[in-house]
Amino acid sequence: MTLAAVTDLAGATNLAAATNESLANLSNTLIYSAMAVYTLAFFAYIAEWLFGSRSKVGRTAAALTAEAKAKAKAPAVTVTKGGSTAVLERPQVVVRSAAGSRDVPDGPGAHGGDEQGDLYGRIAISLTVLAFLVELAGVIARAASVERAPWGNMYEFNITFSTVAVGVYLSLLALKKNVRWLGLFLITTVLLDLGLAVTVLYTASDQLVPALHSYWLYIHVSTAIFCGAVFYVGAVATILYLFKDSYENKLATGGTPGRFANSVLDRLPASASLDKFAYRVNAAVFPLWTFTIIAGAIWAGDAWGRYWGWDPKETWSFITWVAYAGYLHARATAGWKGRKAAYLALIAFGCWLFNYYGVNIFVSGKHSYAGV
Amino acid sequence: MSKTTTDATPNAADDQDLGAAGSQLSTAPKEDAPNLPALGVIGWARWFWRQLTSMRVALLLLLLLALGAIPGSLIPQTGTDETKVADFRTAHPTLGDVYDKLGLFHVYSSVWFSAVYILLFVSLIGCIVPRTWQFVGQLRSRPPGAPKRLTRLPAYTTWRTEAEPEDVREAALTLLKKRRFRAHVAGDAIAAEKGYLREVGNLAFHIALIVMLIAFAWGQLFKSEGNKLILEGDGFSNTLTQYDDFKSGNLFSNDDLVPFSFTLDDFYGTYETSGPNKGTPRVYQATVDYSVGAYGKDKKSVIKVNEPLEIGDSKVYLTAHGYAPVIKIRDGKGKVVYDDAVPMLPLDSNVTSTGVVKVLDGYKNAQGVREQLGVSAFFLPTYTKGSETASTFPALLNPVLNLTPYYGDLGVDSGIPQSVYQLNKTHMKQFKDAQGKDVRENLRPGESMKLPNGAGTISYEGTKEWANFQVTQQPGSTWALAGALAAIFGLAASLFIQRRRVWVRAVKGADGVTVVEMAGLGRSESAKVPEELGDLAGILYDLAPGAPEAPDAEEPGTEKLGPEHTDPHTHPHPPVVPAERPEK
Ligand code: HEM
Repeated sequence: MTLAAVTDLAGATNLAAATNESLANLSNTLIYSAMAVYTLAFFAYIAEWLFGSRSKVGRTAAALTAEAKAKAKAPAVTVTKGGSTAVLERPQVVVRSAAGSRDVPDGPGAHGGDEQGDLYGRIAISLTVLAFLVELAGVIARAASVERAPWGNMYEFNITFSTVAVGVYLSLLALKKNVRWLGLFLITTVLLDLGLAVTVLYTASDQLVPALHSYWLYIHVSTAIFCGAVFYVGAVATILYLFKDSYENKLATGGTPGRFANSVLDRLPASASLDKFAYRVNAAVFPLWTFTIIAGAIWAGDAWGRYWGWDPKETWSFITWVAYAGYLHARATAGWKGRKAAYLALIAFGCWLFNYYGVNIFVSGKHSYAGV
Repeated sequence: MSKTTTDATPNAADDQDLGAAGSQLSTAPKEDAPNLPALGVIGWARWFWRQLTSMRVALLLLLLLALGAIPGSLIPQTGTDETKVADFRTAHPTLGDVYDKLGLFHVYSSVWFSAVYILLFVSLIGCIVPRTWQFVGQLRSRPPGAPKRLTRLPAYTTWRTEAEPEDVREAALTLLKKRRFRAHVAGDAIAAEKGYLREVGNLAFHIALIVMLIAFAWGQLFKSEGNKLILEGDGFSNTLTQYDDFKSGNLFSNDDLVPFSFTLDDFYGTYETSGPNKGTPRVYQATVDYSVGAYGKDKKSVIKVNEPLEIGDSKVYLTAHGYAPVIKIRDGKGKVVYDDAVPMLPLDSNVTSTGVVKVLDGYKNAQGVREQLGVSAFFLPTYTKGSETASTFPALLNPVLNLTPYYGDLGVDSGIPQSVYQLNKTHMKQFKDAQGKDVRENLRPGESMKLPNGAGTISYEGTKEWANFQVTQQPGSTWALAGALAAIFGLAASLFIQRRRVWVRAVKGADGVTVVEMAGLGRSESAKVPEELGDLAGILYDLAPGAPEAPDAEEPGTEKLGPEHTDPHTHPHPPVVPAERPEK
């Protein structure tokens, strides 16, 4: 190579470095902006809950205290179902819940039927969409600045993780699933996650060590992030289920829950719905989590010469997997359904969290280049 | 199907109502209370077996397995890092002994961990075999007939029609079969079932787990793993004697080594030159020429960190890289007694390295007496002033070789094996200069140092590179992978497919008008069952349109719906059904 060519090359590298630098700065600005918008959304969700507390709902209480009466009639909920063609009259499908289960209607959501509350709720969702888009742009800018997938260290992992979690929530909303009640809880933790990312975990943008150069990075890490985000949504629903369930239990046994519990929990979906939602979410993503571990094993086989070596990260993925398998089993085991299974689900998510934060920070292993 | 089946039924209360209709909707084992058995060895054995293969115990074993895996991730393990274990033992001698007794330094091969997973897999087999038979039985028999009172089922609908009952049943049978239900006429009703693939998936998943475990165990028993450090230009052939170190599973035999050989043409590495990750490798690859078998053709290949060279069951990984200064030693008369590249072991990420030169014979000192020479060497590929003992960059930018020569007896003839990277100094003396100071010198390529009193010279001629390769052989990985993929598909089928039954009853009512009743039952209560039932009912309704309502036709237990509910367009999304049905 001639000297001129060498300096040319150096110049080109510098130029590329400069654009990368400005992209990295842009990414940081976008992430901070997203945090600002999430904060606004947070306040809007709070307003939704506050205005919602004006309306006296009491549907859960009514359903539970009127249980004796309802039992005598029929523990049936009625639902209509039309066919595919427009015919005036159709047979109706009567749906009956299992004997022994409570027939509590779902709460109306945070706004509690209050019009102003609903308005704030809608504003909160719009702000969430906006913040999501800004954060997504921030993640993409980061990816462009490092010229690879934005999952090379914990900072990048955190910003991608919260983006995906919010994305899952918004997708469920777009699919018209009843998940609006998740909003406040999700955004609160997204703010915590981002706060942690920009303060403690921040790492300047850079490229990857060769061990991370593999298309398995894209497959393994992207599914890991996605599974984590979905497990997280499931865990939030599980926690709310536990609260709502004890609230319902208290009402059913004639207790009087506190004013706060009354106001907040009454507006959430019935415990049975929350439980079911949590189960669906966890079960739906469990095969993908299985795949994530297998993809990781294949990658480890290529990078380290063995597909399974009980490295701490591998071990904790395995523990997480077994814990979720235990949760799914528990739901098919007499005497383990309901609250016990819910605790298992929370333990399983705890394992996932430990695998991410705990193992990266406290345990050293082959995975520890995560760049805390 | 009779009422005597012992299979899981939705629950005790429904048992009487649904009879066999709700039975065998899954092959999950029936939970019975852990009653103490009747006396006798066989009684106890049967009791133990029943416990072991119950869902409750399977769940406990699963949780135990998860719990048992934890200490292995927090305590250093001999399998992954022997030196850390040694460090731990010296730091905490008493705790180390306790850990030793409990097998906590090798959790995943400890007795207790093995016990848990072996019990789990015995339980698994004990669970799969009967479930498979039961499932085959279900496939060979027909879906159970309609329960007497269809209104008791989780999803129900009814209407009156002028059509003849036979025609309605005929239409329902055709419809259900077209929807890929297994359907047949049972008395005055059609019984149909769908979603058997769920059970297939579930069984496939659990069987796949066994396949994976066996493949993993097989791999552990027959695996081998060896390391070889190779200088640029040198070669290697895959036989036991060529390895620097070699480990193998209990059943491995030397004939299992795949016959191949290769030479290392070139190692090429580039490193980040600035920023916080300065020195991190960017490109890291080895070009090799390899051939398979004794007379195989030469092929070229590039081995990178994530891209091993695969030859048959063997994989060749690039695991490390370092430098080998070429060192030439002459004795007092100028005779060359040593001339070789000496591989140095890296100590840090900037490849500060150490190594040793041993001159075993051929050397005579200034007095003409035979002696042995040892040189301990420090090597910095990038020397920066101010950082005397550590390299500042991994590439070969400004190499410096620091040498400390010794003379005497290397102790290699005592028969005790020695590391080539360490000097046994018990019978060695350090060279001293005229002032009595230790001789120790920094050399750059091409420079030499003189040993005191005409004892000879040591010169640093240049630098070669080496790469370390790990050759592993782990049979059974294809099986493990196949098992893993089967597990994923089985799991997806098991979790996403609903197994459900539909019954259609059509009978003439007292007033001569046909009453059609349809009901659906899923293994777990799901919004899909009523949705599907509504769908089917809609189609059947078009074939057998409604007749005017008889005043007393209403079934007990159902609420009559207001007219505003009849428009299908007001409720495009039926509310989700609460509460999952308890399966047992
Ligand atoms: C190696 C340990 C095991 C793992 C990782 C495992 C995992 C799973 C998973 C993830 C499911 C969920 C699929 C579903 O809900 O349909 C499941 C279901 C099931 N497992 Fe296992 N399992 C294991 C061992 C066992 C054993 C030992 C038994 C027998 C006692 C068993 C019996 C069942 C049954 C009957 C179901 C279906 C439950 C139902 O019908 O809902 N499993 N298993």
